[in-house]
Amino acid sequence: MRFDTVIMGGGLAGMIAGIALQQAGKNTAIVSMGQNALHFFSGTFESLKEPDERLAALFSAAGIRVHYREGVRLMPLGTFKKAALSLEDIDIFPNAKIARRVLIVNFLGYHDFFSSFLAEGLEKHGIECRIRFLSLPDLDNTKAHGEMRSVQIARSMDRIWEKVVQEIRLMLRDEDTVVLPQVFGLSDTTVPGRIRQSLPARVVFAGTMPPSVPGIRTQIQLRRRYQLLGGTFLMGDEAIRAHEHEGVVHSIATNNLDAHYLEADSFILATGGLFSKGLRSNPFQISEPILGLDVDHPENRNNWYNPAFAEEQPYMGYGVKTDAQLHAVKEGVTLKNVYAIGSILGNTRPELGSGAGLAINSAFAVVDTLLAEK
Amino acid sequence: MKLQEYTTSAHNFEECMKCTVCTAYCPVLQVNPLYPGPKQAGPDGERLRLKDPYFFNYALKYCLNCKRCEVACPSGVKVADLIQSARIKYDTHPPKLRDQMLASTDFMGKLARPFAPIVNAVTDLGVTKKTLDMVLDIDHRRTFPKYSGRSFEGWLKRRSKEQAAFPEQVAYFHGCYVNYNYPQLGKDLVKVLNALGVGVQLLDDEKCCGIAMIANGMAREAAKHAQHNVDVLGKAVSRGLKVVTTSSTCTLTMRDEYPELLKVDNSAVRDSLLMATRFIYEKLEQGATLKFRADYHKKVAYHTPCHLEKLGWGVFSERLLRMIPGVEFTMLASNCCGMSGTYGFKKENYEASQAIGAPLFEQIKAVNPDVVACDCETCKWQIEMSTGYPVMNPISILAEALE
Repeated sequence: MRFDTVIMGGGLAGMIAGIALQQAGKNTAIVSMGQNALHFFSGTFESLKEPDERLAALFSAAGIRVHYREGVRLMPLGTFKKAALSLEDIDIFPNAKIARRVLIVNFLGYHDFFSSFLAEGLEKHGIECRIRFLSLPDLDNTKAHGEMRSVQIARSMDRIWEKVVQEIRLMLRDEDTVVLPQVFGLSDTTVPGRIRQSLPARVVFAGTMPPSVPGIRTQIQLRRRYQLLGGTFLMGDEAIRAHEHEGVVHSIATNNLDAHYLEADSFILATGGLFSKGLRSNPFQISEPILGLDVDHPENRNNWYNPAFAEEQPYMGYGVKTDAQLHAVKEGVTLKNVYAIGSILGNTRPELGSGAGLAINSAFAVVDTLLAEK
Repeated sequence: MKLQEYTTSAHNFEECMKCTVCTAYCPVLQVNPLYPGPKQAGPDGERLRLKDPYFFNYALKYCLNCKRCEVACPSGVKVADLIQSARIKYDTHPPKLRDQMLASTDFMGKLARPFAPIVNAVTDLGVTKKTLDMVLDIDHRRTFPKYSGRSFEGWLKRRSKEQAAFPEQVAYFHGCYVNYNYPQLGKDLVKVLNALGVGVQLLDDEKCCGIAMIANGMAREAAKHAQHNVDVLGKAVSRGLKVVTTSSTCTLTMRDEYPELLKVDNSAVRDSLLMATRFIYEKLEQGATLKFRADYHKKVAYHTPCHLEKLGWGVFSERLLRMIPGVEFTMLASNCCGMSGTYGFKKENYEASQAIGAPLFEQIKAVNPDVVACDCETCKWQIEMSTGYPVMNPISILAEALE
C-alpha cells in the first residue's frame, strides 16, 4: 500500500501531523501500537505560548475546545502547577488562592480521585474544605466488579449528570466552589459547561488517576477528524522494520500486515519515549527498535538514573538524535526522508510537563518541511 | 543480567504496567457487573493463578474474546489470550449440552442440511424458541441462522473442472457458515476471483476452525480440529497455493488462536492464509482490474468486526468498497456488535449482548444505509436482527457490482 507519508505512532504528535498533512491534500497512514499517552493527559498542553491560528483552527475543526491564560491549575494531589493552553474544562487560576470555601465531591467507592489530598493541599492556601461522597444506584454496576475507573463512571455521567447536579445542590452550604473529579463530557462535550451553569457555585474539575477522561475524548476527536479527512488509521498494529537504501527509507513492515509493506515518500517517527516503547532499554543500551536510530545517552549505565527515586531522572530526557530539521540519524548518517517528532526527541522535562507542547510544535515543524519540499 | 534482558512471560503478561487502558475499551465491563474486566481477569489474575489455581474465577466466561483489550494495550500484552488460556487451563466444568451443541457448528450443519426447509421452519416457530429457551437456555428472542438445503462444497465440486481451467489457482477455506447456511457468499467469492482470472479449489476436507469450541470449554476437541486443519492447509500450501477465507473469525482463529491458545504449530501455513479481501486488493495493486457496472449505486456503511480489527486488515475491505464506483461509503465507529459467535445465543448473555451492540445499532440507524457491510457472519445475524438493515460481506457487494 502506498502513501505520501506514513506516520509511526498515533499519539498527539502523530495525529497532529496526520491531520495537518491530510488537510494539505496529502495521503497518509498512521500505524499505532495500542492506545497512546493521551490516555494519561492532564488536559493542559504545556506549550507555554499562545496557540497560533493554525493550531486553533485544527482544534476547532476537530471539535476540541481550548482556552489560553497564563496561571496555575489544580493538580490531582492538591498541588498547583503552571499552566496556559488548556482544554476548556480545565480551569486556570491567577494563583493558588482559588476560593474561600470548597466542597469536594467524590463518588462512594471510587478510589482514583484523592479528595483528602486535595483538601490538604487547598487548606495550605487558607481554603476551607469539606468532603462529601455521592452514592448513586446508577453506579452500582460499576462498583460491583471492583473496576470503578474514570471511564466507567464517565459513561454513566453522560446520561445522569443532572442527578449529580441535584445531589450537589442539596449538599452545598456556603461554599463558593465545588471540586469534582474529571469524569464528565466523555462523549457529550457540552456536559462540563452545563454542569457549571446549573450550580450556584463555581465548578472546578480536578484530575483523576488514568485513564484520563478529557484525554480519551481528545484522542477520539482527533482520530475522528483524521479519518474524516481520509487518513488511514491502523490501530493495534506495530511498525517492526524499515527498508532503507542509501539513507532513504522506502517502506516499513508492520506486525499485522507482515509481507504487505507500507510504502511512502516520507516517514515520521512519533512512537514516544521509553514509557510508550518508542525507545527500549536493556542493561547495556537504550535503543530505537524500528530503524535502529542513534540515541543520545551516556555510555555508562550508572549515569542513566538518579538513585534518589523521586528526583529528576536523566533517562527521562533521552531521545533520538536529529538534525535541525528533525531528520533522524542512523549510525551518524542523516536519513533524508525520516523525521522524528514528539517525546522520542527526548529532552522533555516531566517536571514542566512539556510533552504535549513538544508534540504539537515538532509535528508542525516537520509538516512545514514536508509541504515546502515540492 | 541475562535474566533481566531476556525474561519473557506467557502472553507477555509481565509487560503490563497497570495503566488500565484496556478497561476503557472492554465492551463487557460496561454492561455486566459480574465480569471483573480485562485487567483483573488477565494480567492481574494471572499473577494470582500462577501462585494457586484456587484464584481462578469462573466469571472469566463472560469475556467475549473480542480482543479489543489487546488492540488497545500500549504494552503488547495479550490480555484476551491470557483470559482464554486460563479458562482452558483451570475451568474443570464439563460443557453443558447446550454449549456442546452451539460449539459443534459443522456437526449440527451436517445433521440439519438434509432437512433444511423443515429445520428452518421449526426454528422460526415461537414454540420452538420457547422450548429451546426453557430446556437449553438458548434465548427465545434470538433469530436462528437458516440452513441451506445444498452445501457449498457440493456446488463447487460440480464445477471443479471449469475452475481448474483458470491460469491461477487458490484454495478456499469456506468455513461452516458458507457451507451449511449461506453458500451464496462462496459463490460470490468464486465470481469475483474468476473475474480476476483466478480459479477456486476446495481444501481436502476442511473442518470447523474450532473457535466455538474454544469459547465453550472444548479446547481438546478444538485442538484436534486445529491439527487436522493445519495438515489440510499444509497440503494446499505445499502445492504452492494461497488459502483465502471470507470469515474474519475463522482467519484469526487459524492464524493466531491455534499457536497461542491451542499450542498447535501453524508456522508452515500461517503466512499463506489470507482474507479474500486482502488477496483481491493485492491482485489489484499488482495491476489486475475489475470492471464494475455503470448503473450500480449503493449506500454502504462498513462495520469492522472485532476479529478483523485485531488482524488489522479492515483496511483492505474498506479500500475495496471505496473502489467501487457508485458506492457511497461510510465508516462506522469501531464498536463490538455484542454477538461474539455463540455468546449472544445464551440466555444469560442476551441482555448484555444487546446492550453492548446498542451504540453500533444507533449509529447504523442514523446513517440509514442501503446495506451494512461486514466480514463476519455472526455480526451479520446480530445487526440484521437488531436493526432490520441487511448485512452483506464486502465480497458479495463486489460480486453484485461487477459487470
